[in-house]
Amino acid sequence: MNIVVLIKQVPEIELVKVDQAANDVVLPSGPGVVNPLDEYAVEEALRLKEKLGGKVTVITVGTQKGESALRDCLALGVDEAILITDPILEKSDPQATARVLAGGLKKIGQFDLILSGKQAIDDDSAQVPAAVAGYLDLPQVMFVKKVENAEAAKMTVWRTTEEGYDIVEVTLPAVLSVVKEINEPRLPSLKGKMMAKKAPLTKWTAADLGVDSSTVGTNSYTKAIKVSPPPPRQKGEFITGETPQEIADKLYNKLKENQLL
Amino acid sequence: MDFHLSEDDLMIKETAREFAEKRLIPNALHYDEEDGAPRELFDEIAKLGYMGMMLPEQYGGLGLSVVSFCGALEEFCAASAGVGITLSVQNSLCNEIIHKFGSDFLKDKYLAKMAIGMIGSYCVTEPNAGTDVAAIATQAADKGDHYLINGTKTFVTNGGFAGIFIVFAATDTSVGNKGISCFAVDAATPGISVGAKEKKCGMRASDTREISFIDVKVPKENLIGELGAGFKMALTILNSGRIGVSFQAIGIARAALEESIKYSKVRKQFKQPIANFQAIQFKLAEMATMIDAGKLLAYRAATLKDEGKPFMREASMAKLFCSQMANKVVNEAVQIHGGYGYMKEYPVERYFRDARVTELYEGTTEAQKITIARDLLKD
Repeated sequence: MNIVVLIKQVPEIELVKVDQAANDVVLPSGPGVVNPLDEYAVEEALRLKEKLGGKVTVITVGTQKGESALRDCLALGVDEAILITDPILEKSDPQATARVLAGGLKKIGQFDLILSGKQAIDDDSAQVPAAVAGYLDLPQVMFVKKVENAEAAKMTVWRTTEEGYDIVEVTLPAVLSVVKEINEPRLPSLKGKMMAKKAPLTKWTAADLGVDSSTVGTNSYTKAIKVSPPPPRQKGEFITGETPQEIADKLYNKLKENQLL
Repeated sequence: MDFHLSEDDLMIKETAREFAEKRLIPNALHYDEEDGAPRELFDEIAKLGYMGMMLPEQYGGLGLSVVSFCGALEEFCAASAGVGITLSVQNSLCNEIIHKFGSDFLKDKYLAKMAIGMIGSYCVTEPNAGTDVAAIATQAADKGDHYLINGTKTFVTNGGFAGIFIVFAATDTSVGNKGISCFAVDAATPGISVGAKEKKCGMRASDTREISFIDVKVPKENLIGELGAGFKMALTILNSGRIGVSFQAIGIARAALEESIKYSKVRKQFKQPIANFQAIQFKLAEMATMIDAGKLLAYRAATLKDEGKPFMREASMAKLFCSQMANKVVNEAVQIHGGYGYMKEYPVERYFRDARVTELYEGTTEAQKITIARDLLKD
């Protein structure tokens, strides 16, 4: 089974700072990490490959910095890594990114399954995997927490819902996004790390994929005007009183006042 | 001498740090309380390559430098020193003695297995033979086509799950330390009995046992090195081990410093973080300086070994300084934490207990001083 995993390189979340004075989010300057939710997709791909044979490819759209995230995947046992990088793609919105990735997948040509984390932890849009399926006209199942009975032409997956889960049979090739309940990602071996450092990496530009520059990058249909931290939480209110009855009355009135009851 | 870690050394250290953060730190307190870490943890450690770091690739190892290994060891020990000891004993002692002194037969038979998870135990110490290695009472009698080992080894690290015991025993009791030899003994050999886990002050994540050998039959070809060369080999290998112990101490001390910095910034007394007080600042400054001094000594010894140069005195100096340094640093870390530092819910309490043994094993502080002084005074 040949599997392509869509990954995103995201900033290390614990290093993201908030500039209170400027009401701005300050991103760290380091190379970033693989989107933690994509790590579950990589792990699931590696497990399927170990069971069924085939090859795992990771692909990302990003700046040159994306290389380190791809190498982290190679260290885990991924066979091939592709970086789609081009200045004209910078600031692409999720739909534009999905179109570019779909172009990359067409160029790869042969695959049985596309996996991705359910969303990226930086913009949390959760649009890319579904949109990729749309652009490639493939079936999609999002928020998958279990894969079973994987065969060449179909598999059964458990799709997380608000109430529980649906068991879905899907024909392949298909696009799945996964949630973190699906597995426990492995850690890189020392040998894997050493090999990944020297492994060749494929790089494609927008031109290599025939991407229409009028709908990507700063020409995307949507634009983030401003990124700012959420307002600080307001201080809670302590309700006091002489007797439990009095406190309960005050609480009841307060809830009523705020239309919470 | 260049003390900058190479790009590769840093990569190994960071990879070990990631492992330590994800697997060891969340469980370190649990391992300490349970008197041991699960076998599966060591299987994963082995699978990821940490059990054969310095062995050549032909034996399934990674062919890494001593400096690289030490960086990884520091990271393991900063997270759980008790787990770190297994890494230390495997790489610095057990793999090393077979690789350096063993026959091709022994190397082929054991090293590839050890690189992927056959855990080794290094059995020197006996109830009446500690620093005085020559007092070993365990005997290996020549029975023609095999040796018969009888005796008891104590404080054996990894004793409960070892696949191979490296056993030092007397083959000739009439010639003192020239009569000690060394054997590779399969743990499954009949006659070996493994005692209960020792209840220790610190390093409780490490499995420590008494191992008894009663009429244990060891094939002749399992003799490591030459007959009667055991004492010399033991000392040579312990020299390497001392570089490892230095990095165990550095790891514990670094963790204690990091916790102290964190705590002093959030702990408020007299309406301000205690980090504002000069008494605390001076402690932190001294701790950090001592740790760096220890690192320089320890990396010097590791680099000398990598370069194939003599390093006995330097390894002893590093071990002497780092183990004492770690004890001073953890002591100050507890002091900075005040009463909370004495409670198990703060990791400095564990570091305080874990650090103590670094002054005792692989040569006590006093034994290091003897080694250093003899080297200074030799003609």
